[in-house]
Amino acid sequence: MENTDTSVKIVVPPKQGAFKEWASDQKAFKGVPWGKAMMWIFLVSDTFVFSIFLISYMTVRFSTKVEWPNASEVFGLHVGHYNVPLLLIAIMTFILITSSGTMALAVKYGYEKNKKMCGWLMLATAVLGASFVGMQAFEWTKLIHEGVRPWENPFGAPQFGAIFFMVTGFHGTHVTIGVIFLFIMTWKTFRGHFDTGKRGYFTSQKSDYEAIEIMGLYWHFVDLVWVFIFAFFYLW
Amino acid sequence: MAADSYEDIAVGKGDPIPALEVKPQDLYHAKSFWTRWIFCQDAKVIGIQYSLTAIAIGLVALVLSWLMRLQLAFPELVPFLGAAEYYQFVTMHGMIMVIYLLTALFLGGFGNFLIPLMVGARDMVFPYVNMVSFWVYFLAVLVLAASFFVPGGPTGAGWTLYPPQAITSGTPGGDGLGIILMLVSLSIFVVGFTMGGLNYVITILQARTRGMTLMRMPLTIWGIFTATVLALFAFPALIVSCIMMTLDNLLGTSFFMPAIVEFGEQSEYSGGSPILFQHLFWFFGHPEVYIVALPAFGIVSDLISIHARKNIFGYRMMVWAIVIIGALSFIVWAHHMYVAGMNPWFGFFFATTTLIIAVPTALKVYNWVITLWKGNIQLTIPMLFALGFIVTFVNGGITGLFLGNVIVDVPLSDTYFVVAHFHMVMGIAPVLVVFGAIYHWFPLITGRFLHEGMGKFHFWVTFLGSYAIYFPMHYLGFVGVPRRYYEMYDSEFMAVSTNYLNQFITVMAIIVGFAQLLFLFNIIVSSKFGKLSGKNPWKACSLEWRTPEVPPGHGNFGKELPVVYRWAYDFSVPGAKEDYIPQDVGPSEVPEAKAEQT
Repeated sequence: MENTDTSVKIVVPPKQGAFKEWASDQKAFKGVPWGKAMMWIFLVSDTFVFSIFLISYMTVRFSTKVEWPNASEVFGLHVGHYNVPLLLIAIMTFILITSSGTMALAVKYGYEKNKKMCGWLMLATAVLGASFVGMQAFEWTKLIHEGVRPWENPFGAPQFGAIFFMVTGFHGTHVTIGVIFLFIMTWKTFRGHFDTGKRGYFTSQKSDYEAIEIMGLYWHFVDLVWVFIFAFFYLW
Repeated sequence: MAADSYEDIAVGKGDPIPALEVKPQDLYHAKSFWTRWIFCQDAKVIGIQYSLTAIAIGLVALVLSWLMRLQLAFPELVPFLGAAEYYQFVTMHGMIMVIYLLTALFLGGFGNFLIPLMVGARDMVFPYVNMVSFWVYFLAVLVLAASFFVPGGPTGAGWTLYPPQAITSGTPGGDGLGIILMLVSLSIFVVGFTMGGLNYVITILQARTRGMTLMRMPLTIWGIFTATVLALFAFPALIVSCIMMTLDNLLGTSFFMPAIVEFGEQSEYSGGSPILFQHLFWFFGHPEVYIVALPAFGIVSDLISIHARKNIFGYRMMVWAIVIIGALSFIVWAHHMYVAGMNPWFGFFFATTTLIIAVPTALKVYNWVITLWKGNIQLTIPMLFALGFIVTFVNGGITGLFLGNVIVDVPLSDTYFVVAHFHMVMGIAPVLVVFGAIYHWFPLITGRFLHEGMGKFHFWVTFLGSYAIYFPMHYLGFVGVPRRYYEMYDSEFMAVSTNYLNQFITVMAIIVGFAQLLFLFNIIVSSKFGKLSGKNPWKACSLEWRTPEVPPGHGNFGKELPVVYRWAYDFSVPGAKEDYIPQDVGPSEVPEAKAEQT
């Protein structure tokens, strides 16, 4: 059959139900960039990691026959003559949640291509995150001075120290990695890499303000995990 | 030489073309030998790197299995092999075969090579991460291999690494570096796999070519996709349990270790839960079975359809069966733990879910068989392997129903019946698919066929030989020969005849092993001197055969990405001149075909 018409017929499919659209060609999640989709799926996988940590914590807490230490005594701080329970943790939690706010604003200004505001807010997020890690180091030091070790502690079940150091350590590693990337991204923002689309050193892909949002997803996730750790370790 | 940038220009062929949604991919163009072949970002090369590494370490596991079999049947031939070595070999054989060979080969090897080609992408979406993924996997293999050379040797805890014995000093490698290297290697593997796995998932979800809807993807892609999702959600349990056991071992924490007496002395541990490890391990371990099986299901569906020149029967059912099997595989894990003891209601629950999995699985088997029915069956080597898969898989699946029932599992659990079951269903069946897939896609990778005579010999020896190995094991299990024993001869409760069967199994195992060496020889020779295959030698419909160059070049599809108009199974369409219509052929090019719209 002869076909002389070689012009391109572009067909925009009619709006269909969510399921049809999801199963349609090219992209399952329309308009979602690759990096963002990847971060979401990575975070689901990471959710499994932290969930399994927390489930293991609960199992071990039930399996040990020794009494579990009282969190509000162990994590208290002496301020003047008063013993204030959970003071340090309250500050740490406040700082981390605040950093989520600055991160969200950075994403907003990033999409408005407001380099300055975006950069400063990223820097604020990074500094807040770093101070969180610093306070966590302080808390660890204090506990270690009081004799808490992964294999034993003076307050009760030896698993307390083990699971505490492991889970907060794992979360702290996540925060630290986040802080490192936040500093790198701050530098990239101020250098204008996201405006010029400079190619990444390793990946040779063009930089884009999308990266800030992807960073933001990770950072909010780390904060959310902290909320659970806070609830399960310090309030229970 | 590839162009510097690709543009997706759609040249109209008179058929409607969906609007472009995926931005043209910005590829890395290798400039030197190192970036082209070693630190390569091209998924095809990464897939081959994965496959070769996996096969290399798999050969080690093959040799280990020979030594174990020799010890069981002819211990006088291997005087250097004591109890400790035997358990070390069992452990390493299992771990290598399940994780470092099969998982890496199906997802890292076939996944990397086939996903971009089959969905019509230029490459994986994050080529750099993909490259790092391979090298991290390579590191994991090196760490694993290193454990053979440390004082005390590799761990001998069994491939499930159950505590407490995995880290007590009586176990070979338990108080030395062996167990630590194993745990570290597994953790590295998980990290590396996560990088690759994210790539596979996002490439399939977000980077398909125009017209490639989810329900037009070849079942190979569906299998690999679902398996990768399972892996991304199941491996966290493995890495967490590895971390916790490493801490138990190095720092003396007691996550998994109860208070125990070891060599007459009370150990430092107290209050941990060994059952917790079993739960975590099998929460990873059971999906792991399907991480290996689902890609095999997908690939075998394609092989059967292509080599029977008939569309796959019940495509949608096949897709949903894969997805449902994947989902169910997360709620059956405790059927591996019946003998550990559990609440009868839990046993009831896990037995029920286990048996329910048989429904979608049986559905798939029926669909494969119905696909063959009235097909134009070509007994090519890939087809032979696919048929072999159906038989061995049905066999292994049916014994799975035995073992899924608590009351039947308990007496059989520690016998050779279990060895026979999982080798049949998880060893032989997927490996037959691996072979079939290699024979099928070798012309795409190298442009040459594998030698047919050697291939047929390889198939018959492997297929009949593995039956000769594992079929008697079912019987051994029923008469009560226990597994995990390193010495059979002087055990009085075993009938003498079981010794003869053991010797028979060993002889067959050695023969089957040598057949695999012949296969390797075939690969090496045929990649250089094999018969030239030309383009699309099997007359398949899927996109990987539609590249302008064979083997596909950098960027896969030349200047223009293909546009997909149909599913991957338009074989023997009534009215059409050829007995196949490739996916990128529009309706106006085959006006005579009375194809159903898919």
